Amino acid sequence: MEPVLSVRGLRAHFVTPERTVKAVDGISYDLHAGKTLAVVGESGSGKSVHALSILGLLPSPPAKVVGGEILFGGRDLLRATPAQMRAVRGNRIGMIFQEPMTSLNPVLRVGEQIAEAVRLHRKASPAAAWAKAVELLRKVGIPNPEERARDFPHQFSGGMRQRAMIAIALSCEPDVLIADEPTTALDVTIQAQILELMRELQREYKTALVLITHNIGVVARMADEVVVMYAGRAVERAPVDALFKTPAHPYTRGLLASAPSLYERRERLDAIPGQPPDLGGELAGCPFAPRCPQVMDRCRIEDPPFFRLTGGRRSNCWKSEAAAA
Amino acid sequence: MSAPLLELRGVRKRFAARQGLFGGTASVRAVDGVSLAIAPRESFAVVGESGCGKTTLGRLALALEAPSEGQVLFEGQDLAALSGARLRRVRRSLQVIFQDPYASLNPRMTVERIIAEPWDIHGLHKSPAERARRLDKLLDDCGIARGLRARHPHELSGGQRQRVGIARALALEPKLVVADEPVSALDLSVQAQILNLLKDLQAEHQLAYLFISHDFSVVRHLCTRIAVMYLGRIVETADSESLLRDPQHPYTEALLSAVPVPDPEAERLRRRVILSGDVPSPLRPPPGCRFHPRCRYAVAACRTEDPALAEAKPAHLAACPVLPFRARPSEAALTAPGH
Repeated sequence: MEPVLSVRGLRAHFVTPERTVKAVDGISYDLHAGKTLAVVGESGSGKSVHALSILGLLPSPPAKVVGGEILFGGRDLLRATPAQMRAVRGNRIGMIFQEPMTSLNPVLRVGEQIAEAVRLHRKASPAAAWAKAVELLRKVGIPNPEERARDFPHQFSGGMRQRAMIAIALSCEPDVLIADEPTTALDVTIQAQILELMRELQREYKTALVLITHNIGVVARMADEVVVMYAGRAVERAPVDALFKTPAHPYTRGLLASAPSLYERRERLDAIPGQPPDLGGELAGCPFAPRCPQVMDRCRIEDPPFFRLTGGRRSNCWKSEAAAA
Repeated sequence: MSAPLLELRGVRKRFAARQGLFGGTASVRAVDGVSLAIAPRESFAVVGESGCGKTTLGRLALALEAPSEGQVLFEGQDLAALSGARLRRVRRSLQVIFQDPYASLNPRMTVERIIAEPWDIHGLHKSPAERARRLDKLLDDCGIARGLRARHPHELSGGQRQRVGIARALALEPKLVVADEPVSALDLSVQAQILNLLKDLQAEHQLAYLFISHDFSVVRHLCTRIAVMYLGRIVETADSESLLRDPQHPYTEALLSAVPVPDPEAERLRRRVILSGDVPSPLRPPPGCRFHPRCRYAVAACRTEDPALAEAKPAHLAACPVLPFRARPSEAALTAPGH
């Protein structure tokens, strides 16, 4: 089956007179209809910049996409005109961000904001768009949607605002939904509600989901496939079970081992020593080498390729070379 | 249990809240009748979601807020009865670590001044040699390279800043450290470093922790006892293992089952309790049991009767007369397949 979205070797840099920060420096994946791909990484790993690149929302300058392709609907979005991009964004590709309060307009009624999204991309009378907004609010589980559509965002709780954002994102039944830390600002019981809602809607609309998160528990709950990012690049890509059972890249192993467990009490957590590199500096070799417990001399000099392994896996580590298919 | 280091007896804290632009005031009961005791060198966790009153509880323990009702006792002394020099002396033993290492350190001070400032305030360690020796020890204990002492907070990473915040809290050799979400702003790999550090420091400096968190996984790693709060009340408290393996309050059960665990197979097989609705406003807590509108076990009595904490199992208290006697599926919220 054809993927609905293909990201190929995407690189996005922030260029200032003083320096170039390689925020995204190599990420590739295929996303299929109805599937969830999780992009997981720590702060500064490039996961959000990657999402903004797909949406054509990077502030340029200073940001600049310097390489790669984003294939969607038979077209490279990186070469689309602004008008073509507007027809895709919010229509064929929906988006949800972390902070629903800052993504909603505080002086417009929630229903109007959803109706606006409907009317931007579909021919609909104001009354029909409002009716659609009410229906969408009902769909995302807002009680008394006819009344609540007339509320302003501040009258909604955090969880309800995120539901409203999802209603806007789904208003045009997009092929792809990009959700950047959609539950990070929410309490855990509300997070569970929102994740459940996203899953139900995904089943109904066959939407493909790119879920960007730092929470590996959320990855385990939601993902079919996972891309692990470190220092701007995809260091590992694997189906979710394989990733958690037999992580191939030492960074993935370190990340999984550093999570405290609900199930067992361990005396010590296996923290990864040190911190991620400065992405504005010249990096020689593998960016994880300075923190890697299995580092070899070669890693400090030669940058490893994204080795293709069996079972649809890829790993950006010299140790994977022997197993490479 | 030995004589408690910190004890809260029926503590209530009300805040006035203005309703609307011209409306009158109502009172929010942020903490509404909490009793607990923490032994010396014990690590005690308070877990709950936003608005449950856990941060206010921490501020009451630090004598940063005075209770509206009830008593906060530190080593048997009522904190409300102390003032001036005597309060200052007790405060040395009571220190705090905050969530945000970006906001809680003075950006104009060097690392050295941030850590040593408590000594100036309390008139301790005046000789330069003594100071240098103690500063080096704190830097070493907290894993801060000595070369960083002249740096400012903006030159440090999030993890390094949190280490500086911890070193400052330890400068006065406290007996109790209130840690309010100390790792929730940190990335996973750095969070693990800080959790290991907090554990080491507890043993080395004989600390008791009042650890305030929303994250059961973090709490389990560090704390031996847990209290779960909902709308200003403790709804369940027990030793960590008992509480996490066999929760006796429906809220704890739901909260635990909502936590995503890093195991895809377990996630597929787990029974999840999805709570409906949001936490009610603490301005208007529901009558009867405060959890009843969201509770799947609620019976008619829950709407009118406000249950008190009672022993559900030995040394395991829960404010629910219904759940402990209900037949529940054997896979409790915490038992993962294969574990």
